[in-house]
Amino acid sequence: MRLEPIANPSLARRLGFPALALAATVIIASLLAALAGAEPFGTLGLIVKGAAGSKFALLETLNRATPLIFTGLAIAVAFRAKLWNIGAEAQLYAGAIVTVILGTSALSGMGGFALPIMALGAMVAGAVILLGPVILKTRFGVDEVVTTLLFNFIMILLVSYLLEGPMKDPMGMGWPKSAPLDRDLRLPRIVTGLRLHWGFALALISAMLIWLVQTRTTLGYEMRAVGQNPQAARFAGIPVNLVLVKTALLSGGLAALAGFSEVAGLKGHLSLDLSPGFGYTGIIVAMLALLHPLGVVVTAIFVAGIFVGADSMSRAAGVPTYIADMLLATALLLMVLAIGLTKFRVVRG
Amino acid sequence: MTDTRPEAQDVVLRLNNITKRFGALTANDAISMQLHRGEVIALLGENGAGKTTLMNILFGQYTADEGTVELFGAPLPPGNPRAALAAGLGMVHQHFTLADNLTVLENIQLGTVPLWYAGLGRARARAKLARLADDFGLVVDPDAIVATLTVGQRQRVEILKALYRDARILILDEPTAVLTPQESDALFETLRRAVASGLSVVFISHKLHEVMAISSRVLVLRHGRLVGEVATRDTDRHALAALMVGAEITPPKLTPLTPGPALLRLRDVSTRDQGTAPGLKSVTLALRAGQISGLAGVSGNGQSALSDLISGLITPQSGGLELPETPPRWTPRAAVAAGIARIPEDRHKTGTIADFSLTENAILETYAAPPYSKNGLMNWRAAEAHTRHLIDTYDVRCPGPSGPIRQLSGGNMQKLILGRALELSPKIILANQPVRGLDIGAITYVHGRLLAARKAGAAVLLISEDLDEIIGLSDVIHVISEGRLSPEFERGQLTAAELGLWMAGQGFTHAA
Repeated sequence: MRLEPIANPSLARRLGFPALALAATVIIASLLAALAGAEPFGTLGLIVKGAAGSKFALLETLNRATPLIFTGLAIAVAFRAKLWNIGAEAQLYAGAIVTVILGTSALSGMGGFALPIMALGAMVAGAVILLGPVILKTRFGVDEVVTTLLFNFIMILLVSYLLEGPMKDPMGMGWPKSAPLDRDLRLPRIVTGLRLHWGFALALISAMLIWLVQTRTTLGYEMRAVGQNPQAARFAGIPVNLVLVKTALLSGGLAALAGFSEVAGLKGHLSLDLSPGFGYTGIIVAMLALLHPLGVVVTAIFVAGIFVGADSMSRAAGVPTYIADMLLATALLLMVLAIGLTKFRVVRG
Repeated sequence: MTDTRPEAQDVVLRLNNITKRFGALTANDAISMQLHRGEVIALLGENGAGKTTLMNILFGQYTADEGTVELFGAPLPPGNPRAALAAGLGMVHQHFTLADNLTVLENIQLGTVPLWYAGLGRARARAKLARLADDFGLVVDPDAIVATLTVGQRQRVEILKALYRDARILILDEPTAVLTPQESDALFETLRRAVASGLSVVFISHKLHEVMAISSRVLVLRHGRLVGEVATRDTDRHALAALMVGAEITPPKLTPLTPGPALLRLRDVSTRDQGTAPGLKSVTLALRAGQISGLAGVSGNGQSALSDLISGLITPQSGGLELPETPPRWTPRAAVAAGIARIPEDRHKTGTIADFSLTENAILETYAAPPYSKNGLMNWRAAEAHTRHLIDTYDVRCPGPSGPIRQLSGGNMQKLILGRALELSPKIILANQPVRGLDIGAITYVHGRLLAARKAGAAVLLISEDLDEIIGLSDVIHVISEGRLSPEFERGQLTAAELGLWMAGQGFTHAA
């Protein structure tokens, strides 16, 4: 058996296989639920209901989607240029640290200017975190998968140190968390009384902007060229390394916005459980979206829905919430397979 | 070599009228040949003559359009590599296929041990390897890690790998390309022992002296046809060179032009070696206005280094590259800005981005400046208008400017690359293998454009492995061998056979 590329896959092929993957995901998820001793389709129903069954549930899903849109965008931007940034988690925490530093001291009383400055500061921190690995890559050929991944652990340990030491909340009764942001330095709710903050709007705007960057700007063209064929890009005169550095700055900045938005919009302080792996889940979000910035919004909401829905289902049906991880992993693997099958056909012999 | 008459021996391999076409290109045209037990035949031909295609058919990588293969009297099923291996064919590739981090023994066993076989049969394998090494004089430490071996030793491992699989016919593809002369001699000794013990060898090469040294018969391929089959003792290097490159070629009419001033000069330039590809060794060259300079040479003798240098991809290690206005930093963008049109050797990997549209490909070299880019924003309308202009002017047959370029045929892709470069009214044109793999129509078109640019006063450097092309189009010819550049020869000064000898490395005054 071997794979044969298809020059122009038909529309039926391009839609059919992903649809088939989705169907297969549902079936496998049902089997998993049955294995956990629950009634299969009821369980899935509970997940859907928990994710989108009420206004509260839906807003919860969108809240959860917000950091995933940022990390998903960060990864989509980087992967598009074949820069394998696995360190969105580290960049997220870098952004969160700077948000807290700026938001607890220096900027109180600056009013309207404070939040943009905090966001900008967070982006710079995230960008700087990714700069090291990318310079190691362009200068010495060090694999950025390894370096960016290792940065995640370094950052988690750094945050742990900061929360036990310099940034520890004196009023925190010994819990490892930072002092809270000033009241006026939080992202306001979009609608008063509902738990959805402006971070979500910022995420949507970011997705639009990134889409415009990729399609309309010179940098976007360069990033795509470098990602598709670095050899041809270099031959044509595109400064490949410079483009990679710019890509890294953009990607790191986006991931850091996830940290900013979680601290300033939701939690109000820095703690070690700020991100339950948003940086890693962002990879799934970006891959499911085929690295399209607008697609990232859709897949981030989908993925967030599964998490939120599984939480609620777990309470109702007694199936462990880990089913959310298994569901996502299944969906991702099958989707990757489906995308492969839209481009290749299997030939015997 | 052996003096026994081939007719008296067993035929172990017979190719009957093998024909293989790729689109308009006939890579193998009704080729028939026989290989006898205990003989070495040489398959001689330039790059693109069809040697590799023929061997790929033999090994079942390709299926022949017509013709059959017989091994040891039995027909070989087409398109089945496993059957070819099982029937006793062994191939030693030019580029080794060894796992660097495994030992010699592990490499040799690789792929011969079934997945569900208990144990690895190490002892038995070791004994067999020792016996083979003894029989053929191929001494290698079975426990050495391949990464620590020299190139010559690695080749020995490749040969042992084939012998271990009980190959009775060995095919060696350009085996000496990466060897030192001493290693080559050792290889020949091995081959002599192999044929003495009943193996048969097909030796693929374009090095004439080696062919003379090792083979008993020579088959010459040219443009996919078998143009000569001679016993080695009845021929000499000059006759083979003439056969290989095609005897007298009538060049197309080149209206004589008085060459203008030199637009690009290389003075004593050396560049770094890149892997096994040699860099330039003290190359001095002048490209003059209104002149086509042809660069002849066997593939992998420094053409890439010269092409990369003029393209802006590499800088001289020593010596100077001189232009009327030499830019401070030599980069691809500086080369384009200096008026150099670049037609790269590999249009798929270097010349274009496969999934990009024609428009996105058409502005690859010029996107950074107006009208295509202003204040960091792309002006796609201007880019598309330019692409439509290229499509019309250079007769690019395509569905439109927004489809991906990978859907285009090689000829049309090349026309777009040509248009992209020539529309900038270049002063210098670097054409590296501009017609490789193209059909006759596209070849004529590309050559016509190069001749028109010459007439308009451009300095053209034409790099090609096809000597006919060089002889037909060039005002002056250089030959490159192991990074060294021959003196400049006027058009018609040397015959193809004489150029062939330079290509084989004769006549150079300094060592490589």
